[in-house]
Amino acid sequence: MKSGVSSWRTRLLPPLLAIVFALLLSAIALIISGADPLQAYGTMVGQLFKGSTAVDTVNLGCVYYLSGLAVAIGFQMNLFNIGVEGQYRFAAVVAAIIGGALQLPPVLHTIVILLVAIVSGALYATIPAVLKVTRGVSEVISTIMLNSIVAGIIAFLVNADQFGVQTGNNVGTRQIAPSGRIPGIPIGSGTLFGFVFIAIVIGAAYWFMLNRTRFGFELKASGESSTAASAGGVSAKKMTLIAMLLSGAVAGLVAMPELLGRDYSYGITATQMYGFTGIAVALLGRNHPGGIAFGALLWAFLDTSAVSLEQINVSKEIATIMQGIIVLSVVVAYEIVRRADLAAEQRRVGRALAGNGRKGSSVAEGGAV
Amino acid sequence: MTTTTEFTRPEPESGTPVPARRQRPRIPGWLRGVIWAVIAIAVMSTASYATGVSALTSSNTASTALRLALPILLCALGGLWAERSGVINIGLEGMMILGTWGAAWGAYYGGVWIGLLAAIGFGALGGLLHAVATVTFRVNHIVSGVAINLLGLGVAKYLANLIFEPISGNPRQSPTVPKFDTYSAVGLSDWLGSLEDEQRVGLSDVAGVLKGLVSGVAPLTMIAIVLIPVSYWVLWRTRFGLRLRSCGENPVAAESLGVNVYRYKYLGVLISGGFAGMGGASLVLLKGGADYLENQTNGRGYIGLAAMIFGNWRPGGLLGGAALFGYSDGLQLAGGGDAVLALLYGAVILLVIIVIVQLFRRRWIAAGVGVVGAGVLYAIYWTNDTLPSDLIPYTAHFVTLIVLAVASQRLRPPKADGALYRRGEGD
Amino acid sequence: MSATEAEAPDRGTPAVQLTGITKRFPGVVANSDVNLTVTAGEVHALCGENGAGKSTLMKILYGMQQPDEGAIEINGTEVRLRNPQDAIRTGIGMVHQHFMLADNLTVAENVFLGAEGLHGIGRAARSRLAKLAEQSGLHAKPDTLLEELGVADRQRVEIVKVLYRGAKIIILDEPTAVLVPQEVDALFDTIRGMKADGYTFLFISHKLDEVRAIADTVTVIRRGTTVGTADPKSITSHELAEMMVGSELPSPQTRESTVTDREVLRVRELRLSAEGSERNVLDDISFTVRAGEVLGIAGVEGNGQTELVETIMGMRKASGGHLELAEADGKARDLVRLGTLARREAGIGYIAEDRTRHSLLLTQPLWVNRILGYQTRKPVSGGQLLDIAGARKDTERIVREYDVRTPGIDVPAAALSGGNQQKLIVGRELSGNPVLLIASHPTRGVDVGAQALIWEQIRQARADGLAVLLISADLDELIGLSDTIRVMLRGRLVSEANPATVTPQELGSAMTGAAGEGEEVQ
Repeated sequence: MKSGVSSWRTRLLPPLLAIVFALLLSAIALIISGADPLQAYGTMVGQLFKGSTAVDTVNLGCVYYLSGLAVAIGFQMNLFNIGVEGQYRFAAVVAAIIGGALQLPPVLHTIVILLVAIVSGALYATIPAVLKVTRGVSEVISTIMLNSIVAGIIAFLVNADQFGVQTGNNVGTRQIAPSGRIPGIPIGSGTLFGFVFIAIVIGAAYWFMLNRTRFGFELKASGESSTAASAGGVSAKKMTLIAMLLSGAVAGLVAMPELLGRDYSYGITATQMYGFTGIAVALLGRNHPGGIAFGALLWAFLDTSAVSLEQINVSKEIATIMQGIIVLSVVVAYEIVRRADLAAEQRRVGRALAGNGRKGSSVAEGGAV
Repeated sequence: MTTTTEFTRPEPESGTPVPARRQRPRIPGWLRGVIWAVIAIAVMSTASYATGVSALTSSNTASTALRLALPILLCALGGLWAERSGVINIGLEGMMILGTWGAAWGAYYGGVWIGLLAAIGFGALGGLLHAVATVTFRVNHIVSGVAINLLGLGVAKYLANLIFEPISGNPRQSPTVPKFDTYSAVGLSDWLGSLEDEQRVGLSDVAGVLKGLVSGVAPLTMIAIVLIPVSYWVLWRTRFGLRLRSCGENPVAAESLGVNVYRYKYLGVLISGGFAGMGGASLVLLKGGADYLENQTNGRGYIGLAAMIFGNWRPGGLLGGAALFGYSDGLQLAGGGDAVLALLYGAVILLVIIVIVQLFRRRWIAAGVGVVGAGVLYAIYWTNDTLPSDLIPYTAHFVTLIVLAVASQRLRPPKADGALYRRGEGD
Repeated sequence: MSATEAEAPDRGTPAVQLTGITKRFPGVVANSDVNLTVTAGEVHALCGENGAGKSTLMKILYGMQQPDEGAIEINGTEVRLRNPQDAIRTGIGMVHQHFMLADNLTVAENVFLGAEGLHGIGRAARSRLAKLAEQSGLHAKPDTLLEELGVADRQRVEIVKVLYRGAKIIILDEPTAVLVPQEVDALFDTIRGMKADGYTFLFISHKLDEVRAIADTVTVIRRGTTVGTADPKSITSHELAEMMVGSELPSPQTRESTVTDREVLRVRELRLSAEGSERNVLDDISFTVRAGEVLGIAGVEGNGQTELVETIMGMRKASGGHLELAEADGKARDLVRLGTLARREAGIGYIAEDRTRHSLLLTQPLWVNRILGYQTRKPVSGGQLLDIAGARKDTERIVREYDVRTPGIDVPAAALSGGNQQKLIVGRELSGNPVLLIASHPTRGVDVGAQALIWEQIRQARADGLAVLLISADLDELIGLSDTIRVMLRGRLVSEANPATVTPQELGSAMTGAAGEGEEVQ
């Protein structure tokens, strides 16, 4: 039986180490730039209890969580869906346009918008998936190109000549009617997105899919060893295609909390980079839905509370650096712990079997002919 | 577009006995390059003549293309060095960002040359980080690359905030920095200019392109161009290069022959980072380019990687790739939507040539695909007066996608590219 | 062992002398008290079964691994070989079984790599290369890319590589495994010529006829230790085989015939073309396996056995022919259109030849590995949903019944020894109520205990009416387990043998094409 200690060590130690390491390195950077790291960290934590920061953190975390899940689905199969960025933005603009044009009863309106988002995300992911499966194009390069191209597509679609509406200096899609929105829960000075609960359900569904269904098993098997999976009756090409589409489908939802809970319209100035954050969050959470939630909240916390650093004249970019260090050191830490664990396991098996296994010294019979 | 000559070349599976392959007469690499260049100019001048869009071969387009191709070229070279040693370097973008900051910082305080050195140094620092993660800690190469891109962006922003903001008053921008002087081949340039103005079919087009390439050239540009043959020479003609390449092909074999695989991988990735940093410098230190500006790399590191893949992991090929991307980018900047539409026309001509070649080779499927592609492109050309201006800036990205879709299968990456190698683990 | 020293022919200082070499890996002892004396200028064969410890010993001699105990003497001086470079410096070279060559480098580059210090990589190096190529019969041009060469030429490149570094003692690790008979003859001619020039060879093999053809002396290694040295000219193959397998070894004899009339697998005119070419890897293969029958396929590796198995399993797409499987109720099903999973569900169990690549998810716990290939079936799955409790329970049953030595079912598969991994796989593949078992080298690289258990399980399943297609390079295993043996050569089934009467020698010559095609080997 795998002992609780070992499992604790494999799962929790690496991210903790990484965070501590990141805090230390950032502290050095802070000291060099003439700031007091303790004061800086203290200010960040203190900010969490001021105004709507806590609610904002959860709201932003919800967005990061969806993005992390989308990336994690690809990771399970050794696919680097760097294109979550492009997929979610494409889905957002399409869903916003269609949602703004429709007049439907509440709930139905929302469901239609969500379905449109899911389908559009999957559709945009189809391009790299098909290119990979049929033409052998690395999904990394193709999705990066598509990430850039999506900015052009958005600019094109929200142009006043097409579907856009000019409001002041900003061009965006038509506002979605209240029937299509997802109401939030007012807490203190902020409003918690209603989508947070949908995200929790999606996380649970992801866990169930991965650990309890045949599909999840095939996905993981294919990611671990495509040769063993194919001998076990799993087609790697098919899994690649499905995993990419599924990843794109979840990516399609990334912008929905903000679109249906706060903005109601998607413009060219809408926040970007959620997709790339998703990569970091998925790595930090080790593709586990709980871990991704932790990573998403941590990331969101760093983002929302970094603003407070300006009050004490510290550049808020220190948070970005911290994030970068955390990602890099967490993957290194996982690798080290994984290797140590496997070696320990082998030694343990060896010890447990000593006396049963083959023993060279006892077979020294035989002799000359 | 130098593609579609062979759609399927059978890749021998490792381990299974393969009969010796039929030897094809080899065309030397430089000659192939010249042939493609001639075809490209011929096609573009035909298209320019047929559509009446002179921007296709104007000296303005050519010099813009050269300026835009430079960062891509340098990143592609960086990718070449890393991947030939077996390390996938998707962190080029992050290293390039570090390079842009380093270039501005160094140039502001010490002049352009110091700026260039600082850019190389900062890029190499990113490379060192990538090497530590991938070689020593055996982190997945793409994961590490993505992390470095995040980190590079964060560090550059932080440093810009710390150092540039007090001077320029803007955390997203550096103060004005000195730029490289430019040099022109005076007599030649004027003569080519007058030829270009004569508007003679073919001749004026060649003159326009050449004029763009010999006027207003900075030392950095010349260095970058010289680095292509230098890279070739070092990687393919020296002992060091042989060892470095062997690490990318079969590190276990290299190890068994006494090559210190870790060392060569480290060096490959360090040099790679240096090149990427230099690519960053080429964005900041050339006339016509901005000073340090947040997000100014705009994915060029990735496009450089794509150019290298397009160039089949070879110096000459990646030059072609960088030229292609630089050209499509320069064209849309210099000529706008009309020029890109004319580019489509050129692509149709090229496809027709390729279809004829494929018909001669009796590759019916390839020819069929070519006919369909040409038909679709021509339909787009015929039905539109101009292309949507919002999409024009992404011409290079579209070209990358199409080129990769067509060319990926006949490419030959280093065999152990991206493989996680550990000393003493071979069998 | 005492014989080793006593019988060493007195021809001057031994080129290689190994004394008391012991090497332990976690959980196993690969070499234990190995003694070996190789005289200068001879071809010394090192014989033993797969997994006997030959490769580990040679890696020690080539500096790739360090012995835990024991001494190595080269030409009379004791040396410590910490890495291959040390070995090269003392004049030892190794031609690996899996070639250490880079496909995308040229012949010359492959040879010069790592030895650029000797003659550079310019003209001097090339003239030296030309001379050595001549000596070792390599005809490929130095600027040819390696991927354009055939296997025999690649092997020559490896030999030239070793010579280029000035090796005088050359280790050949199973050099004939990948060669066709003519190539083997050509290789042996080269070896004889080079021996006359003063080179010493250590020839590793488990093919007795080859050892007798080329070696001056033979040392047998069994279960990690040397058991004796002999003159191959005077010893009989039978005696040699006995030394290799030992007397207490459980024999794989099938006792009484259980073959029935019910056909389970019908293969008709099966063909498979190599990707992108017209060359047939499988050519017109037809055979039938009946319930209760073990059909053995013999053949030198690389003659299409792997492809045959993967085509039957649906991992490769046949280019022509028929495949039919009769289920327990006697209804025949056409397999050609089915995918791998559907074929498994139709009742095929599959023990793949490379268990780490094809049978296991190494980092996953044992119970997850139980699900692989059975993700749609009871007791580990209810179709679309997995039954984790069922999978765990059934894994525990397999661990118990098949004697898988493990501390628990939550350890990753990679932590088990090869034999225990294989027992788990055999247990899994026999658990799905198969009508046909495809066993590809089922006991390769496993310890003797596991081997006996696996043989016993196959025999029992056969008695219960299972049809078995057995592919093996171990001729004793083939003869002992099979009811019928077919020989495969260059993608075709060329002859048939009766295991009751055939000897390993006869089978061996049929495998190399010496017996002539289409004949019955008796």
